[in-house]
Amino acid sequence: MADGGQFSAAPFWQNGPSPGQFYNTPGTNLASSQLPRTYTQQPIVTGTSVLGVTFTGGVVIAADTLGSYGSLARFRDISRLLKVNEKVAIGASGDYADFQFIRDIINQKVLDGKCLNDNYCYSPVAIHTWLTRILYNRRTKINPLWNNIIVGGYDENEGSYLGYVDKLGVAYQAPTIATGYGSYIAQPLLRQSYESNNNNFTEEQALSAIERCMRVLLYRDGRSGNQYEVAIITKDGCQVTSPKPISTNWDIAEYVKYV
Amino acid sequence: MSSIGTGYDLSASQFSPDGRVFQVEYAAKAVESSGSIIAIRCKDGVVIGVEKILSSRLHEKSSNQKIYNVDRHVGMGFAGIQADGRKVVSIARDEASEYRQNYGSDVPLKQLVNRVASYIHAYTLYSSVRPFGVSAVLASYSEAYGPELYMIEPSGLYWGYRACAAGKAKQAVKTELEKIKANDMTCEEIVKEIARIIYVVHDEIKDKLFELELSWVCKATNGEHQLVPADIASEAIRLAKHAMEEDLDDDD
Repeated sequence: MADGGQFSAAPFWQNGPSPGQFYNTPGTNLASSQLPRTYTQQPIVTGTSVLGVTFTGGVVIAADTLGSYGSLARFRDISRLLKVNEKVAIGASGDYADFQFIRDIINQKVLDGKCLNDNYCYSPVAIHTWLTRILYNRRTKINPLWNNIIVGGYDENEGSYLGYVDKLGVAYQAPTIATGYGSYIAQPLLRQSYESNNNNFTEEQALSAIERCMRVLLYRDGRSGNQYEVAIITKDGCQVTSPKPISTNWDIAEYVKYV
Repeated sequence: MSSIGTGYDLSASQFSPDGRVFQVEYAAKAVESSGSIIAIRCKDGVVIGVEKILSSRLHEKSSNQKIYNVDRHVGMGFAGIQADGRKVVSIARDEASEYRQNYGSDVPLKQLVNRVASYIHAYTLYSSVRPFGVSAVLASYSEAYGPELYMIEPSGLYWGYRACAAGKAKQAVKTELEKIKANDMTCEEIVKEIARIIYVVHDEIKDKLFELELSWVCKATNGEHQLVPADIASEAIRLAKHAMEEDLDDDD
């Protein structure tokens, strides 16, 4: 500019706040009490992956029994599966306290239902939908329940049901589901064997696919535990098995060289 | 009405000069005009039986129950105004649920009854409310406390009982109850006794139609409160009717 800018407009934002930055009025220092309110920012005691697989005439979901405190394997024998009734079970990864909170509410709901004495019990789709409402409502308050939950169930009319819902309220159904680290490691394995089997598992095939994935996860997921529970839901009811240890083979370990 | 109480019965918050609260006494009258309820605590559980008088043939069978589940291990039966009874059941359910949320275990019946009775009592203190026209019987069975039975009156007063009765035929029932050695009997035997008593005291002329509701909470039900299974209940009713006929034959 030949005139040294005498006749041109001053540049935008001169002496002003830089765009995209917070602006503090001069002379004010925000005390911590004046900062925006925050709620849960991260989970504390956590469970890792939960796996779910449908098969002809039922559903199986599985989770190991470890509660991690950060990277510390703090609680080695806690259940992350919940039998809701004879048709439904759920499994949760993420914050264990939040899972306990949800578990207590569901248990009371089921009990309230029993008091009515009308032989009705919640169907898999009812529990799944209800969980999406609870979790979505909490994320809308910017105070989420920090879980990924798998709902598995079998209903005489609706057949096998497997659903997922996360802390944001995002929900879907699929024939195989894995949460957390398992969604990277186990989900592809489950899908592969399910699809190569004509999208059709028997109970035994589902259980062996689960066992294989739990073993792979034990090898590759640093937050996994060495025993897992399984909930099997069929027309005959719902049962959660006692924890089963995962066999491993570490012969190769001595050949691994640290560089 | 006697002149002494005149003008003192309009509010639950006012005593009469001789120290009575008429609104509460009227509530007790509402209980006395309802079908009878019997509950007996025996060695392995508690059984509740209610004479549910049907005011019309058009009502759906088993509607407007007089016995409800309050929690897994607690049952409630009542004599008195149906709608008031439903409210008391709802209060008891909420209290039981809150106890579990706070303490992580089934509410002991003693504490539940105390809470519910406090609520009922509060409704005898204010001019803006009317007392509950209900006598509520609460029963439970647990490993820790064994069989337990309580009855709450409209005044909020409650007692623990070995056997209790309320409703129309309260006096006649009490006479029958005193003859029963309940401590030595099982729930299955008590079911038959209760059915027999209800059929004996039922006023065939004034209230033609009635339904007998039976529930129990005992060792055999794993500490769960539930309606007595249909086959056992109908057998008890058959025996009760049979006993009645024999009595009639004896009279002739």
